[in-house]
Amino acid sequence: MREWLLADTPESSFQAWAGRAYLGLGAFMKNRLAVLGLLIIVALIVIAVFAPVIAPYDPVETRIGNRLAPLSSTHYLGTDEMGRDIFSRIVWGSRLTLYVIGLVAIIAAPVGLLVGTVAGYFGGIVDMVLMRITDIILAFPKLILALAFVSALGPGIENAIIAIAITSWPPYARISRAETLTIRHSDFIKAVRLQGAGGLRIITGHIMPLCLSSLIVRVTLDMAGIILTSAGLGFLGLGAQPPCPEWGAMTAGGRAYIIDYWWLITMPGTAIFIVSLAFNLLGDGLREVLDPRGGN
Amino acid sequence: MTKQALKQPVRILVMLSTTFLGLLLITFLIGRVVPIDPVLAVVGDKALPQVYEKARIAMGLDLPLWKQFFIYISNVLTGDFGTSVLTANPVIDDILRVFPATFELAITATVIGVLAGIPLGIFSAVKRDSFLDHVTRVIGLFGYSLPIFWLGLMGLMFFYARLDLLPGPGRVDVFYEGIVTPVTGFLTLDSMIAGEWEIFRNAVYHLILPASLLGYYSMAYLSRMTRSFMIEQLGQEYILTARVKGVKEWKVIWGHALGNCAIPLITVIALGFGTLLEGSVLTETVFAWPGLGLYLTNSLLNADMNAVLGCTIVVGAIFLGVNLFSDFLYKIMDPRAR
Repeated sequence: MREWLLADTPESSFQAWAGRAYLGLGAFMKNRLAVLGLLIIVALIVIAVFAPVIAPYDPVETRIGNRLAPLSSTHYLGTDEMGRDIFSRIVWGSRLTLYVIGLVAIIAAPVGLLVGTVAGYFGGIVDMVLMRITDIILAFPKLILALAFVSALGPGIENAIIAIAITSWPPYARISRAETLTIRHSDFIKAVRLQGAGGLRIITGHIMPLCLSSLIVRVTLDMAGIILTSAGLGFLGLGAQPPCPEWGAMTAGGRAYIIDYWWLITMPGTAIFIVSLAFNLLGDGLREVLDPRGGN
Repeated sequence: MTKQALKQPVRILVMLSTTFLGLLLITFLIGRVVPIDPVLAVVGDKALPQVYEKARIAMGLDLPLWKQFFIYISNVLTGDFGTSVLTANPVIDDILRVFPATFELAITATVIGVLAGIPLGIFSAVKRDSFLDHVTRVIGLFGYSLPIFWLGLMGLMFFYARLDLLPGPGRVDVFYEGIVTPVTGFLTLDSMIAGEWEIFRNAVYHLILPASLLGYYSMAYLSRMTRSFMIEQLGQEYILTARVKGVKEWKVIWGHALGNCAIPLITVIALGFGTLLEGSVLTETVFAWPGLGLYLTNSLLNADMNAVLGCTIVVGAIFLGVNLFSDFLYKIMDPRAR
């Protein structure tokens, strides 16, 4: 098996791909922190999928008689100002976190990839116009722009996602453009062109796949920032609306109680921290494997 | 001046003005797509159709969009961002009033970040994989992962609520408010000028927690960047030459290598300052710090569009200015870029 994977002369493209994946995996597994990050993210996904099974209580049902209960064996992380079980709320909140980062990545990454590859491939006036737009949005502080968009669209988790996505794509466009510029004039692209392939086919079939690895690294590293931005919007009351168990909004809810009830703000904030730390660890590890040029 | 030398500033100027125009276009569009009818906000929903129509024309909303945009640009360029619905003041007056508080916070944080982050980055570059290097890495990693609003609240909980070492939210204790006449707008400086040392002490105490919080993020970023710049420089051959010639090690590090990091570091510090303005939005909300960030969030929560867009333009313009400034410094200090 190992020999087949590491053969110098692979017989099929699949064998070559599998061999490279094997080497990459080996390098990745050596980075223990990156593996830890991956494990945390896998755990997050498992928790989100099985939230109804894991959470002992309903995340939004209020029990005023049981409000502000400290940590105990019945309420692992205590209850909040409405008597809701904090552990259950954090478990259900993992779904919202995944929802936000998933949708932002699905919207922003393809848009950035498309803009960057088109600008890089065609060059000239197309490149100039597209990159001007990219630079204008990049010139803005991200959170402020997202705040302005949310204020126009109205508060809510979908609008927060749209606002974050609008402010997230420009770096992806820049990366894809840079990659495109390095391969645009290579011989294999010329060969495809001589075979009669059009611009669209070359971009989607031959350029985009080569941009993917650096794009994945950048998106993973950005995930932490996306989590922090969306939690910040939630904290300001502009993201997910109560009684939604969004971690940022939960922190905001506990603000009035910090003097006597420490667990209200400590728990959701720790959840945000652990998840964004995991994405940073994974992103750093992926960068070393997939994109050695980007590391220091 | 030669033609070549003239070309550069002109190009920068063109870039800058198109970016600024783009910024205005975005804020203009955001202002237009607001679902709230701006006319209704002024006349109220019980207004007669004639009154409504009159107000609409008076506000220029019957004109074609490009004309409205043109009017918008000339208004902004003359410093007219409209009136805040919340405070009933012109938005520009509000911004000028609250901005010094943010500036004071951001400057203090930058100083903390520079004083702590750069030495940390240097030491961990010199002693790679040492204990200190790992500490620097953890500081950096945490700086990119900790929600700033949460860290602020935790800080308040420990140092204010639990230990009672530092004062709570606000820029100064309530009974000291409004005593000192603003000269610079920096409360610490103003109270010094007025000779009110009690207020000065109080203001400094209030500044410690939010400024260290923002300073931590600045330090995380700066130490990481300094480390990678220094590692790159220390690998160069001129460093080897200097060492072979018998130059003392501290001089090689703090003189030769750091000297060559100065230019990229200044760029990084300048850009980091811009990022602090962004971080101040959440920090000021947590600490009830009466600056631009708190003004922005209050306007946001009250759908005060003029104020929100005014703040967006001001912060965006500062960002552009900071970028231009660091470009400019780069040109002056790096002989290769001339």
